[in-house]
Amino acid sequence: MDNSPIIEIEKLVKKFPMGRGEFTALNGIDLRFKQGEFAGLIGPSGSGKTTLLNIIGSLDVPSSGTAVVMGRTIENLTARESAKLRKESLGFIFQSYNLLAVHTVYENVEFPLLLLNYTASERKKMVSDALEWVGLTEKIKSKPPQLSGGECQRVAIARAMVKRPSLVLADEPTANLDTANSHNILKTMETLNRELKTTFLFATHDDKVISYLRRKIFLLDGKVDKEEITSN
Amino acid sequence: MILAIKLAYRNLIGAGLRTWLSVTVLSFSFVVIIFMKGVLTGWDRQAKTDMSNWEIGGGQYWQKNYDPYDPFTLNESHAPVPSELKDEITAGNIEPSLIVPGTIYPQGRLQSVVIKGINPRQSILLLPSHKLDTIADGIPAIIGSLMAKSLKASAGDHIMLRWRDANGTFDAGDIVITGIFSTNVPAVEAGQIYIPLEKLREIMMMPDEATILTFRDGMKTLTGLEGWILMTKDELTAPVDKMIKTKSAGQSILFGILLLLAMLAVFDTQVLSIFRRQREIGTYVALGYTRRQVVGLFTVEGTMHSVLAAIVSAAYGLPFLGWMAKNGWKMPVDTSEFGIAIAQTLYPVYSAGLILSTVLIVTLTTAAVSYWPSRRIAEMNPTDALRGRLQ
Ligand SMILES: Nc1ncnc2c1ncn2[C@@H]1O[C@H](COP(=O)(O)OP(=O)(O)OP(=O)(O)O)[C@@H](O)[C@H]1O
Ligand SMILES: [Mg+2]
Repeated sequence: MDNSPIIEIEKLVKKFPMGRGEFTALNGIDLRFKQGEFAGLIGPSGSGKTTLLNIIGSLDVPSSGTAVVMGRTIENLTARESAKLRKESLGFIFQSYNLLAVHTVYENVEFPLLLLNYTASERKKMVSDALEWVGLTEKIKSKPPQLSGGECQRVAIARAMVKRPSLVLADEPTANLDTANSHNILKTMETLNRELKTTFLFATHDDKVISYLRRKIFLLDGKVDKEEITSN
Repeated sequence: MILAIKLAYRNLIGAGLRTWLSVTVLSFSFVVIIFMKGVLTGWDRQAKTDMSNWEIGGGQYWQKNYDPYDPFTLNESHAPVPSELKDEITAGNIEPSLIVPGTIYPQGRLQSVVIKGINPRQSILLLPSHKLDTIADGIPAIIGSLMAKSLKASAGDHIMLRWRDANGTFDAGDIVITGIFSTNVPAVEAGQIYIPLEKLREIMMMPDEATILTFRDGMKTLTGLEGWILMTKDELTAPVDKMIKTKSAGQSILFGILLLLAMLAVFDTQVLSIFRRQREIGTYVALGYTRRQVVGLFTVEGTMHSVLAAIVSAAYGLPFLGWMAKNGWKMPVDTSEFGIAIAQTLYPVYSAGLILSTVLIVTLTTAAVSYWPSRRIAEMNPTDALRGRLQ
């Protein structure tokens, strides 16, 4: 397997304007991730988890330092290039699912493929694969408002996974789910990580999630406080 | 682009009532604009056709002193018919008409009139001149129905007519109303009486003279007739165009208001969309759109209101417009009060150009109005949008 890191972060600082001054949300982060990791950023509210995830997802840029994701330097990308990176190689899973409400389950999952110009038959195959991974082969004609939270999150995972991205970024994916659903979702992701070698990076403070992580990065006040690696 | 259209369509349909509200207002604008413009076009055409049929034929030669707006010129505006035209006159392709001032005394009252001498056998105008071709105990005369109404005269009535002949001598005689015609062209009846041309020439002592020469539609025209001015059909119908233009300007205000309403609805929808759908916007970006592309997406979505409106309009508007074109629109007012030719029933005429340009203009305006608020998306921070926390 390719051993070059999928994410390389060096001396990363992120500041937000606040009032008349600035607020430092990330204060010198150095991190590397390899392909196939199942890792998580853990920390109390306000510790900078989402901020870091957003930068890795090229939705935001560092104030200083550098973040290289799949060989691309985030702070140097044009709008078009960063969109291309997200479109082709990244999958996002959000706490609030962020499904498109007027689209059916099938259409929601199909969406990323439309952006990548797959043919109709390719899309059909890939969507049904993805729905199978998350165990949602019924209700594919339902729309998100008709689904339960657990079902919605499974649709969101299918949508993130359907194009088989190299990296999936999941920000508090279980925050709106009950225990049973959380474990369900996490097991699904764990399986996908094993079978597709997809790198998963979580941001969480949920113990259920943490128990699944093989690498735990503890953030505190915008800094890496400590790291734990579980081998299993 | 196809994806954008598909997305826009789903989003619009998904938005339900709000979409249909905007679409209804827009489609109403489409139909009203096309209908009212069609009425004007139909009116313009009808008025010109009526004018041609009743008054001006294919155009006229005017004796150089003739000025229809100045009755005082009528004493000087007669001249012998140019000899070059004799053949066409004999063939009935040009009809000379002598126009002189006179006075009538209906029921003892006095009223100035314009006496027009026309050939009873003429076939260029719809005037029922053949009714002059009769033997009566007076000078046969035909008048329009409005004129008859104002004179309280009916067929068979005798009215005294006074005139001043070429030598300046006053003379008088009785006319007999042998026909009353109704026309859409007020200009051919107001204050006018028609009598046989030869009779008028005789009593005026103006043998072979005329004031205007009306030629048949489509005839080759002559320029440079000594003492006569060529008035083409276009020149003669110019006042119709001018009036239609004025009406058109008046209409534009109404259209402006209609469009403004429709655009307000679309604009409002857009502003609300952008505010309410921040997470969705953020999601599009996360899934691989650039922010500019999302702006495009929302612009297409807004613009699609007018596409839907065009389809809805076609569904109910085309039958309506078609029915109107076929059965005509009954003018709610007494058309005889208009100074210009207008029928009681107007048949709207819609050209492909009218329909296309209306749809195009409305669609482009909608696109602009949709784009305008959507530009804000390009300035949104996608991470803030994803949390839906922009103000
Ligand atoms: N756009 C922004 N403008 C200003 N401050 C921001 C912005 N985004 C984040 N912050 C601040 O940066 C800090 C880190 O925020 P972040 O969202 O990364 O925390 P988090 O670890 O994800 O917390 P949570 O567990 O509550 O999601 C917080 O104090 C937050 O208020
Ligand atoms: Mg967070």
